[in-house]
Amino acid sequence: MGIIETKDLDLYYGNVQALKKINLNIKANNVTALIGPSGCGKSTFLRTINRMNDLIDSVRIEGEVLFEGKNIYKDFDEIHLRKRIGMVFQRPNPFPMSIYDNIAYGPRIHGIKNKGKLDEIVEMSLKGSALWEEAKDRLKKSALGLSGGQQQRLCIARTLAVEPEVLLMDEPTSALDPISTLKIEELMDELKKQYTVIIVTHNMQQAGRISDETAFFLTGEVVESGKTEDIFYKPQDKRTEDYITGRFG
Amino acid sequence: MSSKSKDKIATIVLYILSLLVVFLLVSFIGYILYKGSSSLNFKFIFGNPKSSEAGGGIGPMFFNSFYLLIVTLILTVPLGVGAGIYLAEYAKEGKVMNIIRLCIDTMSSLPSIVVGLFGLLVFVQLSKWGYSLIAGALAITILNLSSLTRVSENAIRAASSGVKEASVGLGATQWQTIWKVILPTAMPQILTGVILSSGRIFGEAAALIFTAGSSTSILHFNELSLIGKHSAFSLFRPTETLAVYIWKVNSEGMLPDATKVANGASAVLILMVLIFNFSARIIGRRIHRSFTGSK
Amino acid sequence: MNKRSLASRIKNEYIGKAYATICGLFIIFLTLSIIFFIASKGLSTFIKDGHSIYSFIFSGTWKIDDMGVNSKFGPLIFITGSTIIAIGAVIISTPLGIALAIFMNMISPKLGEKILQPSMELFVGIPSVVYGWIGISVLVPVIKSLFGGIGISALAGIIVLSVMILPTITSIASDAIKTIPKDYIEASYGLGATRWQTIIRVIIPAAKSGISTGVVLGLARAFGESLAVQMVIGNSISFPKGILGTTSTLTSYLTMNMGDSVFGTPNNDALWSMALLLLVISFIFILIIRVIGKRGEVK
Repeated sequence: MGIIETKDLDLYYGNVQALKKINLNIKANNVTALIGPSGCGKSTFLRTINRMNDLIDSVRIEGEVLFEGKNIYKDFDEIHLRKRIGMVFQRPNPFPMSIYDNIAYGPRIHGIKNKGKLDEIVEMSLKGSALWEEAKDRLKKSALGLSGGQQQRLCIARTLAVEPEVLLMDEPTSALDPISTLKIEELMDELKKQYTVIIVTHNMQQAGRISDETAFFLTGEVVESGKTEDIFYKPQDKRTEDYITGRFG
Repeated sequence: MSSKSKDKIATIVLYILSLLVVFLLVSFIGYILYKGSSSLNFKFIFGNPKSSEAGGGIGPMFFNSFYLLIVTLILTVPLGVGAGIYLAEYAKEGKVMNIIRLCIDTMSSLPSIVVGLFGLLVFVQLSKWGYSLIAGALAITILNLSSLTRVSENAIRAASSGVKEASVGLGATQWQTIWKVILPTAMPQILTGVILSSGRIFGEAAALIFTAGSSTSILHFNELSLIGKHSAFSLFRPTETLAVYIWKVNSEGMLPDATKVANGASAVLILMVLIFNFSARIIGRRIHRSFTGSK
Repeated sequence: MNKRSLASRIKNEYIGKAYATICGLFIIFLTLSIIFFIASKGLSTFIKDGHSIYSFIFSGTWKIDDMGVNSKFGPLIFITGSTIIAIGAVIISTPLGIALAIFMNMISPKLGEKILQPSMELFVGIPSVVYGWIGISVLVPVIKSLFGGIGISALAGIIVLSVMILPTITSIASDAIKTIPKDYIEASYGLGATRWQTIIRVIIPAAKSGISTGVVLGLARAFGESLAVQMVIGNSISFPKGILGTTSTLTSYLTMNMGDSVFGTPNNDALWSMALLLLVISFIFILIIRVIGKRGEVK
């Protein structure tokens, strides 16, 4: 049983079905990549896991999503769920506050007020996202003064600050330059020691480089999933093979 | 006439018209300031008015205008910002939202005298408060509510995109997100709107004649009660403001130096409006700069 | 612990949401009360004092009897007064406003943004009493010396009002012009048209519904203005004898007389009926604007 499991997950936007009978098992302390052409449900699936889809009125979900064996709707409060399953978005979205306050935001929301503890958390999170050296002397300055790549690492640190167990990353490097992208990819190996990472990416090479497991999405279904080397070098389904070899997508 | 020459003539005419309009504005303001300049002294601005002799000042009315402004803002800002939050973040598209928008349109197009008369009916007579500052403040709140709501709603929508997901993703509730991230970001825009409203409130008269009244007693500043009839800070006393005074002086015609007084009072009024306008621009620019990435 | 306590929910979510919702719903409550109170007071002229609505709207006689017993209430004079100066003001400001909007957007956007735009904002900021005061101390003597008579006149009212509604018409017309797709303009230039031809044949027709909205809004404001008008039009209870004659409007009459009349008497009730009339006229304007807006969208 994986740390996250979905059973016959269906998702509808109004009358349009965006996810069809998804059955996926996400292994703990692994990096799992979700690949596939644009618009086929990868991000929608990702957002289901931390109930971000709740924000959209027209969404209807059937089937089950389990986190550590428990149903994320029935057994969890969405606030607590999101503390344990964090998310990094495609475009860096730091709050218009200082770097320190950005990272302390999450812990403060969840009740931590002690300055010493917050200082610790800020340092630990920035180190965890490889931003500490660049940021430690400007913690009180506005986060909006950082470069794009730095801002994204700030967003990762911000997510780490609430001490989640799972990290959901929705195309985290697609808006960044190659060097920043590389820095973040290097992070993945470190991150998976402590966290479970699920990353949506439309960059196949990236998926091949950093992930242990891969799931291939096509028009709302999971065509194939398994170890990354298997998917890339010995795909079972012809559609997977076509996508991997670049015949479409 | 060739189309090219028509084009040239039209362009010249438009330039002239625009220049004329700007000139008109400058001369309005210049005229008032010039005519009233002789009255811009301490004795006039802070002195007490006379009822039928020359030499009176506008002290109490000046104070009244400010005090009324403050009380009105205390009422209007929480209401307007709250309604803006509701429309931007909580209301669902549909009947209720459409009705609220219709109400906002309606309120914003009410003639100010009609609002004043409503105030007369409800805040003066029904409530038995008589002509009072609180009645005036409530009436002006009605006048300004729709514009402040609109400004707040727009500011909140703009501030919300992008950061809302990040905040919710970290486990914050919607309200926490609004209070800790969105509102602070929207503040400059809302503040600018509040300052601009202040300019309008300061100059408002039609809605006040029948609510705050067109008379004022001698003010005692040493009494601090909010209720007594003679305390300067009382909410329940008639409160003639500067703008109303200008109108009264002109329509009653009992002062021999009515023209001088009206000019002086108008000059003070226009100066205050100018100050409000410029402050709004400057503050808006400053805060915006400090927010968007100072290294 | 996987679920939050009730106390934490209340503090972090419910109180804030309740506050915002109450504010939102309060707006509906407020609007309805305004309508309710003014309507019930205004209708008492017909219900309590027994005057007929028909003669209220159509007869032109307005005679106030001290006891109120034999008064005749026909505010047609005031309705006419309001209409004349409102339409007069719109006739002057609309071409001017459109011209300014065109200047700001097509001829010199730089000057428009730096000088004209702030000027419009300042114009709006000038309180109406000050407009009235300038009207009486400057405009009226000018009219008097140019045309004779006493200067206080419907013409003075029209001129003062046109300056007051100019910013409204200009800014709405300017917004309408801004939303015209660049493609239209470039197509016109591409066919060899001059700027002026483009303005007349492409831009103004395309911005028609926006401009009409501005005009109607300006008209509505002109109808609703009270103090500035009251100070310069003479307040005589008669139809104006030509544009230099004096008259009254709905708003000016209310301003002058509500303070004097006694609450509860038929004379006073009639004033409230006039207030109700003003309310109804505002609604009509809102409806017109919505209809124009919808038509414009369909295009």
